[in-house]
Amino acid sequence: MCRIWFRMSQPSDSTGAKGGEQSAEGGSHVSVFLNTHTAALNPETKLFSAFTADTHTSKVYLAGRECLNEEGQTFVLPLVGKLKKQISADPTLCPEYPSSLGLAEFTKRATEFALGKNSLALMENRVFGIQTIGCTGAVRLGAELLKHWYNTRAAWCGPVYLSSPCDDSLASIFEAAGIQDIHYYFYWDAKQRDVCVEKLLADLEQAPEQSVVVLSASAHCPTGADLSEQHWALIIQLMMRRRLFPFILLPVQGLCCGDLQRDAWPVQHCASQGMELLCAQSFSHCFGLYGDGVGNLLCVLKQSSLLSAVQSQADRLVRALWARPSVGGARVVATVLSNPAYLTKWQEEVKHIVERCMLIRERLRERLRLLGSPGCWDHLIKQRGLYCCTGLNGQQVEFLSKRRHVYLLPNGCLNVSAINSSNLDYIAESIHLALTSAL
Amino acid sequence: MSIFSEVPQAPPVAVFKLTADFREDSHPQKVNLGVGAYRTDDSQPWVLPVVKKVERLIVEDSSLNHEYLPILGLPEFRSAASKVALGEDSAAIKDNRVGGVQALGGTGALRIGAEFLRRWYNGVNNTATPVYVSAPTWENHNAVFADAGFKDIRPYHYWDAAKRGLDLSGFLDDLEKAPEHSIFVLHACAHNPTGTDPSQDEWKKIAEIMKRRNLFVFFDSAYQGFASGSLEKDAWAIRFFVSEGFELLVAQSFSKNFGLYNERVGNLTVVARDNENLTRILSQMEKIVRTTWSNPPSQGARIVGKTLNCPELFAEWKDNVKTMADRVLLMRDQLKAKLQALGTPGTWDHITQQIGMFSFTGLNPKQVEFMIKEKHVYLMASGRINMCGLTTKNIDYVAQSIHEAVTKVQ
Repeated sequence: MCRIWFRMSQPSDSTGAKGGEQSAEGGSHVSVFLNTHTAALNPETKLFSAFTADTHTSKVYLAGRECLNEEGQTFVLPLVGKLKKQISADPTLCPEYPSSLGLAEFTKRATEFALGKNSLALMENRVFGIQTIGCTGAVRLGAELLKHWYNTRAAWCGPVYLSSPCDDSLASIFEAAGIQDIHYYFYWDAKQRDVCVEKLLADLEQAPEQSVVVLSASAHCPTGADLSEQHWALIIQLMMRRRLFPFILLPVQGLCCGDLQRDAWPVQHCASQGMELLCAQSFSHCFGLYGDGVGNLLCVLKQSSLLSAVQSQADRLVRALWARPSVGGARVVATVLSNPAYLTKWQEEVKHIVERCMLIRERLRERLRLLGSPGCWDHLIKQRGLYCCTGLNGQQVEFLSKRRHVYLLPNGCLNVSAINSSNLDYIAESIHLALTSAL
Repeated sequence: MSIFSEVPQAPPVAVFKLTADFREDSHPQKVNLGVGAYRTDDSQPWVLPVVKKVERLIVEDSSLNHEYLPILGLPEFRSAASKVALGEDSAAIKDNRVGGVQALGGTGALRIGAEFLRRWYNGVNNTATPVYVSAPTWENHNAVFADAGFKDIRPYHYWDAAKRGLDLSGFLDDLEKAPEHSIFVLHACAHNPTGTDPSQDEWKKIAEIMKRRNLFVFFDSAYQGFASGSLEKDAWAIRFFVSEGFELLVAQSFSKNFGLYNERVGNLTVVARDNENLTRILSQMEKIVRTTWSNPPSQGARIVGKTLNCPELFAEWKDNVKTMADRVLLMRDQLKAKLQALGTPGTWDHITQQIGMFSFTGLNPKQVEFMIKEKHVYLMASGRINMCGLTTKNIDYVAQSIHEAVTKVQ
C-alpha cells in the first residue's frame, strides 16, 4: 500500500520506486529500503507476545529457553554469583582485547570438558577449541568453516541433515552461512513417543556421501529424547561407512543426567573411533550464564599436521564475524573447570537442578495418572534435560494456549523447569482436559 | 583421509604478529607502537574510573535479571548509544526513525550491517553492489564485507602519501565515478590508519556528491570522544549527513572510548526514512542476529547503558574520555617538537594535524624495518604508529629512533 502511494506521488518516475529515486534538485523522497520485507515473526517471539498480552491469572509459559527455579526465576548458581563478584574485584585483570580464539584457559578447559582429559585426540594434539558467542555462535562458526573449507575441491555447499524436530533456528543458521541444502532425518516418533532409530538410520543411509549430520549428544532440544549408547554405535558405524560428517550439539553438559561423562559420551565415542567432528558447546544453561553467551566450537581432526591450518582459517572467519568474544562468562567457567573444589561445588549445584527437573517429570506423570489421563506417560520420565516432548498434537497445543492459557511450543514440547509446585496441578489438569475434551 | 587436508594456512594478521614479535623481544628499551588500544603513561591498559564504579553498581544490583538479553540487545543501551552518536536534539530520533542493534563490538555491528545490506539493499540479495573502502583502511573492513557476501570491494582514494594528507580530489573523483547505489564505508573520525580526517568543508563536498549520485553511507565510528576529546566534534560528520536527509548506518564501537575491549560493546545505528521503514529494517536485523550470535552479551551493554543514561556518570565518562584524548594530544605535540628539535629532515606537522589514536608517520618500509630490527621500536609496515604507545619515558628514544631511521635509511 505504502509503496503504491509513493509511486503515484511522483508521476515522473517511470522506473518505479526502487532504491533512492532522486528528484531534480537532489534528495531522496523514497527510502532505499522500500523493498525490505517485514520479517516473519520469530515463532518464539510470537508465542511470547501472545503470552504477554494474555491477562488470565493462571497463565503459564512453558516455552522459554532459560532454566527456571522453583520460584519461576532464572536459575542463578550461587557459586557463579560469588565468582562473578570475585572476578569483578580482581585488580590484576586488565581490559585488554582477548584473542580472537577466546580465553585460552577457557577453550582448553572447555575442550577437555567435552572430550575427557584422557582423550587420545587431545594427547595427539589434533583438537582445537574456539570460544564463541553461545551455542548459536559455535554452530554459525562451524557452518562457516564447513562452507568455506569442507572438501575444498568439490566446492561443497551441503547437504546438512538436521533432526526432525530440532531447534527452530538451526536451519537458518546454516542458511546464513550460505548452506541452503538442508534436509531432516527422522528422529521423534510421535506414535511411539520416543526416538525411532530404525527410521533414523534409514534416512541417513540415503544421505549422499560427505553430508554433514547434526546430532545431539544429550538433552535433545526440543524433545528431551536422547539416543542410547547402542543407537550411537549403529549410527557411527553407518556414518563411517557412508562418510558422513558429524556435527554434534552439546548444549547442557552436566545438566542432562547430572553426569559430565555421560552427557558428553557421544562426542568422546566418535573421537575415540577416529572420526573427525565438530562439536558446538554451550555453557549458558549449566552455568546460568545466559547474559554472557559462553560457547565453544570444538574440532577434532584426523591429523595433527592439519591443526594449525584449519584453526587459522576458523580464526580468520571469527575476525569477520565478531572479531573476539567477550570474556566475563568464559572467565567464570574457566575458573570453575580448573579448580577441583569449585568443580565439585558446581556439580552439586547442577545436580540440584537435574534432580528438580526429574522430580517435576515424575510428579507430572503421577498427576496425569491420578487424573486418569489416557495414554502412557512414561516418556516424560525417560526424557532428560530441560525439554520434554509431551506428544500432544497441534490441536491440543492450541487448546492449551487458547483455552487454558498454558503455552507450549507448537510441536508439543515444553521446558520442564518452568513447571513448579504452584502451577503443576493446573498444568496437569489442563493437559488432561486437552486429551479428553472433544476438540 | 581428512576432509580438511587441502586447507591452506591463513596468513597471519600483521598487527598481531607485530605484538607477538614485540613480546619475544628482550631488548630493555623496546617500544610497541602497534596494537590499537589505549595505554597510560606507564604503558598500562586503563580501566576508566567511571567503568570501575559502574561495574561495582552492577555486581551489587540484585534486581538485575539473568536471562538472555533480547536478540536486538539491551533497549536502554541501544537508544543511549544511538543518541550519543546523533546528539541529544536529534530530529531524526524525535521523528522515531532511528533504531539500534546491539552488536559484538564495532566488528559485529559492521557485520550485521553488511549482512543486512547484502540481503535488502539495491535489490534483493544483490551481492554485486560495489562496496568502497578507503585506501588505506582498517584491513578487517575487506573481510567483513567479503564474508557477508559482497563480491566487489574496491578502494577509494584517500591517503596522499606525497603530501601526507587527504587526497580530496581523488576521493571526490571516485565518488563521481562510482556506480549509483554503491556503498561507501566512511570513517566518522580519527581515520584508521592514517589519522587524517576530512574537514567540515570537505565533508560537505563529499556529502553533496553522495546525495546526488545515490551512494550509500555506512559510517564506522570507533573513536567518538577519543579523537578530539569532544563527543560532539567527533560526531559532526555523522550528524551532518543525517541532517542532509541521508538514510545511513553507523557501526559504533565502545571498546576504545570506554576501555571495554574485552566486553565487546557495539551498536549498529540505523537512520531510516521513517518509522515504517525502520520497523521493517529492524525486523530483518533481528533475523540476521538470531543466526549469528542469537543473544548478545549483557555486561558491556549494561555498563555503557547505565553510564550514558545517568547524567552524573555521563559527565564523569566524558571527563575520563578527555583524559585519554588529552594524553594522545600531548604525545603528538611532544613527538613533533622533539623531531623538530633533532632537526629530523622532512616536515612533521602531520603528527599534530592528524587525529585520534593513530598516526601515519610517512616512514617507508625500509625505515620501518630499521626501527623494528635495530631500534626495537615496533610499528606497522605502513608506517602507522599508535600514539598511545608513546609515554614520557620512551618518547625521547622513539624520536631519536625515527631521526636515525630517516637519516640513515632511504
